[in-house]
Formats: sequence, C-alpha cells, structure tokens
Amino acid sequence: MSFIRKKLDQIRKPFEKGQKWERFAPAINAFDTFLFVPNHTTSKGAHVRDAVDLKRTMITVVLALMPALVYGIYNTGYQHFIQLGQSFTFMDAFLHGAFKVVPMIVVSYVVGLSIEFAFAVYRGHEVNEGYLVTGLLIPMIMPVDIPLWMVAISVAFAVLIAKEAFGGTGMNILNPALTARAFAFFAYPTYMSGNKVWVSEASTLDGVSGETILGSLAAGQDVSYSTLQMFQGGIPGSIAETSALWILVGALILIVTGVGSWRIMAGGVLGAALMGFLFNLWGANALMQFDWFNHLVVGGFAFGIVFMATDPVSAAQTQKGKWIYGLLVGVFCILIRVFNPAYPEGVMLAILLMNVFAPTIDHYVVEANINRRKKRWAKTNLKTA
Amino acid sequence: MSKGLRIRRGARINLKGKAEKIINESVGSRTYALQPDDFFALTPKMHLKEGAKVQAGTPVFFSKNNPRIQFVSPVAGTLKAIVRGPKRKILEVVIEAQGDEAVSHTVAQPEKMDREAIVEVLLQSGSWPFLRQRPYNVIADPEVHPKAIYISAFATAPLDVDFEFLLKDQLASFQKGIDVLHQLAETIYLATDQNYQSALAAIKHTTHIPVSGPHPAGNESVIIHHTDPLAMHEKVWTIRPEDVVNIGLLFETGQYSAQRTVAVAGSAVGKPHYIKTKIGAQLSTLCEIAEVDTQQNLRYINGDVLTGRRTQQQGHLGFYNNLLSIIPEGNQYRMFGWMPFKDNGIPSLSKTSFAWLSNKAKAIDTNLNGEERALVVTGEMEKVFPMDIYPMQLLKACMIGDIEKMEWLGIYEVIPEDFGLIDFANTSKIEAQEIIKDAMYLMLKEVG
Repeated sequence: MSFIRKKLDQIRKPFEKGQKWERFAPAINAFDTFLFVPNHTTSKGAHVRDAVDLKRTMITVVLALMPALVYGIYNTGYQHFIQLGQSFTFMDAFLHGAFKVVPMIVVSYVVGLSIEFAFAVYRGHEVNEGYLVTGLLIPMIMPVDIPLWMVAISVAFAVLIAKEAFGGTGMNILNPALTARAFAFFAYPTYMSGNKVWVSEASTLDGVSGETILGSLAAGQDVSYSTLQMFQGGIPGSIAETSALWILVGALILIVTGVGSWRIMAGGVLGAALMGFLFNLWGANALMQFDWFNHLVVGGFAFGIVFMATDPVSAAQTQKGKWIYGLLVGVFCILIRVFNPAYPEGVMLAILLMNVFAPTIDHYVVEANINRRKKRWAKTNLKTA
Repeated sequence: MSKGLRIRRGARINLKGKAEKIINESVGSRTYALQPDDFFALTPKMHLKEGAKVQAGTPVFFSKNNPRIQFVSPVAGTLKAIVRGPKRKILEVVIEAQGDEAVSHTVAQPEKMDREAIVEVLLQSGSWPFLRQRPYNVIADPEVHPKAIYISAFATAPLDVDFEFLLKDQLASFQKGIDVLHQLAETIYLATDQNYQSALAAIKHTTHIPVSGPHPAGNESVIIHHTDPLAMHEKVWTIRPEDVVNIGLLFETGQYSAQRTVAVAGSAVGKPHYIKTKIGAQLSTLCEIAEVDTQQNLRYINGDVLTGRRTQQQGHLGFYNNLLSIIPEGNQYRMFGWMPFKDNGIPSLSKTSFAWLSNKAKAIDTNLNGEERALVVTGEMEKVFPMDIYPMQLLKACMIGDIEKMEWLGIYEVIPEDFGLIDFANTSKIEAQEIIKDAMYLMLKEVG
C-alpha cells in the first residue's frame, strides 16, 4: 500500500500548486482519491468528521443498482433467445446480454466522464462523483438495440444541457439520466418505441412480439404475462427496468443505508396505487382496467421511483416536500399512462415534470415555517408594544 | 416546567477517553492567558503595557465598543507578553503568576442591592463577560433588560462534562450566583439532565427544565427554542453553570473568581479526569497531570471536538470551556476508504458504515474523511438539528448573504455551535459553523 502511495505522490508532483500542470490537478486528483481517501485534516469547523463522503454515497447507489443490472443483462439475452425460439443456457443469455449492455455502459462513462473532467479542469473544482451513478443509469433505461452513437449523443446532451449549463453537480433542476432518455425518446422516436426495439437484434426478424406490456395495452392488445412474471421481470422493456423483484432489492439497500429517501418511494407507490385503483373503479378502457397492483410492477415505474425520483438534487429537499413530491410522481405516472397512449411510459415524464415542480413544493413547505415564525413575532411584538 | 423537554433528533457520538469522575483540586500553572478570540465579535483595547504588575482582578483590556466591559487578570503577577497576529490583532495576553494579591470590591447581600449596583459590581470586577447575549452569542449589553437568563447544566457534546458532578460541592455558591442573576432578570431557566435526581432542582429562583435526548439537546439554543423561542428584537442571556458559581463567590468574598474546573479528555489522554484550575491556565501543566503523551502529533481543542477552538500544547485554556479535548491528528491515507461498510471503527451517523451497530466508545482523529463537494444529499442535516428550522435552507441563505431570508429562516435562534453536528455529519463536508459565523458578522454589521 505504501508503495502505491509513494508512486502516486511521484506522479502527482507536476500537478501540485505552482507546478507545470497545476490546471489539470482535478483530473489527477479524481484518480488519486479513487484509490485513497486523502489525508486532509480539518482546519476549521468541527474537528472530527463522519466517515461518509460523497464517493461512498454514490458507490452505495451503484451497489444498489447491481441486482437490477445483472438481471437486466440476463433478461436481454433471455428475451432474445425466447423470441427467436432458440434453446439456450443461463450463460448464453447472460453473455449475449453482456455483449450488448457493457459497450453501452462504457460509452456512457467515457463520454460523460470526459465532459465532467473537462468542466472540472475548466472551472477549477474537483470532479464530483454524481456521474458514477448517472453514467450507469443511462444505459439501464435505454432500449437494448439503440445504436451506441445515440447513447453518446444523449449522454452529451444530458451532461451539458441538464447539468453543466446549470452549474454542475448539485445545481441541476432535472435528473440528468432521465434527461438523456427523454432526449433520445423525442429525438429518435423510432428507436425508442414500437415492438422491435426492446428485444435485442429483433429488427432483422419478422413476427416478433416484443412489445412492452404498456405498449400492448395502449394498442388495445391483450397481455399474455401473469402478475408474477411481471414482478419477476422476464418481460420486454428497457434494459434494467423490467424486474420489480431485483429493483426491490436495490430499494432495500437504499432505504437501509439511508441513501435513498424512503419518503419519496413510499409516496410514489402510494400515489400510483391510489390512482390505479381509482381508474380500476372507472374502467373505461383497457389501460384503466389494468389492475392497480400490476401498474406498480410493469414498465419503468418501479425503477423510476426507486432510482430516479430519489435523486436528491432534483427531488424535493424538505422532508414534507418529499412526501408530496413522491405522491405526485406516482399520480402523474399513472395519469400519463392512462390518458396519453402515445407515451405509455409515464414515469419518465412524471418524474421530469415533478423535477420542475420540486422547488415550488419546497418553497411552500419552507414558507409555512417562515409564516409560523412571523406569526410568533407578531404576537410577541404586540405584547411588548 | 415539570414535564420536561424530550429531544429526539440528534446524535450521541461515543468517543474514547471520557473524563473519570475525580477532581484534582486547585492546580496552578506558571502562566495564564486571556484570549480575545474567546469572545465573539470583540475588539479589545489594552489598559496595560507589557511588564505591568497586576493583581487578581486588575483590568487588563476592555471592549472598544463598550468600554464599561472589562477583562481582568485571573491571577496576580506580571503582564509578560501581548502576543499579536496579523494586522496587530491581539491573540493572547500572557500573565506570569506571582503572589496572591487581589482587588477587592464592596458587596452586600444581592437581595439588598438594586439592579444598577449589581451590574456595576459585575462590570468592575470583570465578571460581566460571563454573561452572553442572544442573538449572536456576544457579551451581554449592560443596558439591556433580557427576557430571561438560560443556564444549561446538561452538557451533551462528545466527551463533555457532567455538571451535576462538577458543581456538587459548590451548590451554596451556585445559589448565591442565582440570587444575583435574579436581580438582573425575572426568569431564570435552569436545564438539567432528566436522568438524574438533580440536586440542582432544589435551587431557588429558577424554572427547572429536565432535558433528555441526544446531542445537541443540552445546547442553550435548543432549550430556548423549545421553551420560549426568540423573536426579532428580543434578547435573552446565557451563562455557563460554573460561572454562576464564580459570580456567587464574588458576592461571598468580594473578589473576582476565575475558577475553572476542566475535564481533560480524549483518546490521547492517558488519565482523563477533572482538574480544578483557573481561567487561562497553561495547557502544558494540565497535560502533564493528565498524562498526555505530548510527543505525538495531537490536536488540542478548547471545548468539545465538534465546536471547540483549536490551540496548541503551549497554549492556554479558554475563557468559557469546561472541556479540554485532546485527540490524535489524522494525517493518513485510507486505501479505497470510499467503499461502503469499510473502516467501521470511524464513528459515523451514516448507515453506509456498520459503525452504528456497536455502541462502544471509538477513537477518532481529525481526518476530514473525504473532500468538500457540492451539496447533494438532503435530509441528513435535519436529522441532527432538533429545532423547527430548516438548516440547509438557512445555510444557503447565509451563503448568499440574503439578510431578510436569514431572519425569516431563524438566524436569531441559532449560533455556530448548533451546527457542530451538521459539520460532522454532512456528506459534502460543508463548513456549516464557518458559514453561520460569517453570517453573524454580516448581521452584526448590517442589522446590529
């Protein structure tokens, strides 16, 4: 360990203050701090600090994403072989999926991190760890057959427009990963919907029934999957969104570690269930009749509410606000699904919409606190006057 | 208030090296020092030059903004040095102890003196700085009639002292001090640890508040907030429990009392225990008695590890603190330290570490354990901030210097110390106390 440390200190030399490559220090620091938590000590404020830092928090989210990702990779291969009618083993399916998904992840990280590093050097601050999560989320919510160059452009759009244009990590209004997906969705609609894109290499085949469940419902077709299948996740869809089961495992990791807000998740599930139930009572079309509990496990809802809506930067920031925000994400998700069959995937739009309204929600929560204080002041001033 | 105050949000950080309940009586040291930095927003003006002879109680410097407020020598001797920093700022006024002459003041039974006379005695004797005023935690303004005086005998910070133990032999002087304070303010709130059958409950002229809960339950701000929150233009005073005793002793003997019982604690202390000395005593003397291995690279803190003021081994005790924390400096790298559930020996409030599973006392050093980042994680500040105030929103208002927003969000009800746990717990390593302190300077300048 001390050998590596010595070597690193040697490499760092030209990047230190007053040296030749001082400007590029954030880049080298990013690598250095990835290996070692730095030896900095407290200089002002509290003399002791918690072991937690942003890296640890972000890595925890990456860990929580792993079950859904691994299953997503397997499901990619599984859907491919099932639709083609070929026999296959678990390994076949997994390798086929990995072959498709890993390049997407690599492209996402390379493009996104390059931009992040460039901005860190340009602005002279350290590289923030947020992209570790964003960069993994983006491929996970894309259809498997999307061309890699589209992934690259979506990533660039998301990082530049949704994040850096607002001032970088911590300042963005919209969730960058969802912005990437929304960009791809509206820029290349043929690659983002229909019955071919959800199954790998399906475009070359005829007679593939690779429509997502919500897509079938919107088109007025019957759904041939049971609730258990939908929950377990062997259905077509974006790479990692299909398995509510493994997403639930991720949700547990986030809730137990306290990294993801359980308030937002609970609010979202409550809102969606409530809305779904109301529509069940109404029951005017196939989507309305779709059981409320099925709404929770199909499509991107589970993935969205667990991993996207809980992004602390773009979500509501007050504890009360989180409840309201989560609840509304759930409500709008089902509303969009049912009333706008052109966009069967409501959760993406619902979260982006609520991202925009999150500051407003917080404003009213904080305003209530301010009004309590003002009222108290008015009372005491009356007493003294 | 019989039902007491129960605080739920906050954190108990259990650290190694808690002071054993033994008091080492009347320890003297070679030099004593007064440090103007102990007083928020004070500009000192010297009375004396280097080499001047002083008695215990001789005024050494005064406040430029209010010349009535005097700061006096805790011991008799010679003014040895005025240590100055950049821009000739006075850092320390060092007095070499010699002899035991003391300035005497004429005092009577506090009940028989009127308010003005008591204020005058406190000012002249140099005991006035014991009283501090909210908002801003500045030295009290003698012209002000405060709404109440708050005393917290419930110290909840990591390694902090047990005031029940510390005061147990001086309850008569404590009562005397309260009698004096009673002439200054109608209401005196005295907060104690609810888990105790408190001897302080019997103190007359006070409203007793038993408090329970994790740190910062014992902070005056929290107690004020939950009893009678401060409104704009209102003022309350606070005083430390041992300084009530000091005022009591002044009215018993007629002489300024600078008694300070300090717990020397922390994982770097060989024999952590209580030492009774005087304000401004030399740290090296205390370290020797408490068997601190001074060869190591250590952090010496006047106060607790969250909010205290940094000093050195050659430094001196602060004016207000009853705790001297000494912990190892951290200066080491941790390979892959960002991995969740690694390094569980470091105290952590986050569940990304298993530290919360064991309640055992842990050692801690001064490592930052990360680097400063943008504010990303939300909700963690509220967990350790038991007041009806939005800490993150308040901090952001302070960062941009929006005074109106700061007022509305509750700047008058807090002091930097209340943000100690936020400094500790926040993922982005934001210096919350520093932000609040700067905001208070701004408020003092702009609003007053």
